[in-house]
Amino acid sequence: MYNDTNGEIKKMMIILSKATLENVYAAFVLANGARMEGIEAELFFTFFGLDTVHKRKLKHLHVATVGNPAMHIPTMVGGLPGMESFATTMMKREMKKLDMPDPFEFLCLLKDSGVKLWACKLAMDMFHYTKEDMFEDLDGILTVGEFYNRAHGEGTHILFI
Amino acid sequence: MKKDIGTSTIEVNEEGFMTDFSQWNKDIGEELAKEASIHLSPRHWQIIDYIQHEYRKEVPLSIRKIGKSGVVDIKEFYELFPKAPLKTATKIAGVPKPASCI
Repeated sequence: MYNDTNGEIKKMMIILSKATLENVYAAFVLANGARMEGIEAELFFTFFGLDTVHKRKLKHLHVATVGNPAMHIPTMVGGLPGMESFATTMMKREMKKLDMPDPFEFLCLLKDSGVKLWACKLAMDMFHYTKEDMFEDLDGILTVGEFYNRAHGEGTHILFI
Repeated sequence: MKKDIGTSTIEVNEEGFMTDFSQWNKDIGEELAKEASIHLSPRHWQIIDYIQHEYRKEVPLSIRKIGKSGVVDIKEFYELFPKAPLKTATKIAGVPKPASCI
């Protein structure tokens, strides 16, 4: 149906299903970028994405060196011991140069910017995580249905990473 | 392009950002704030001063930098300049829109 909002984005609902550093940064930059433009943003952490808001694990997020052709590291080499931590150190150094915060500081920045942070109930149950294991400023634990219900309204976009 | 604002005329780009900082003065700042439906309090002015100070030093601005400035934290920045704070605050301050993704 035609409406007069001209396709304006009002709200970004971003689902993060992975905890590899490059995906985490992608989700965080997209959420923060939305807020900077006056667009509402919510993040839903599911499956391995939950590690991003797991108090202990979020300090040890890595890039993946296997199965990513754009890394230009042969799969056999990428699997060698130490390769992941080497690539992670390199990426963190580059991020720092760009004035990018580390994942924990970034989470705090998102929270202060008004981004809602939700953990997926099913994934919490699957990994046997409790609320106490998670980043303190999490807004709550939702079922997928509850997450969809928050997406009501024109101009809402859902993005899966 | 030229834009009449209050009793002055300023040069702006297509997004309404001033292109000549030397044309800026406090009255213009007040008028630009009015257009953004913001009433400038002393807190707002502290932030605008900070933004202009950084601009003069040619330091690129970002939300993160504002949060670490010691002038205002990110939460209050969003409260003082609702919606898109960095864009709104820089527009009122008469400096170019920051090209930062963060």
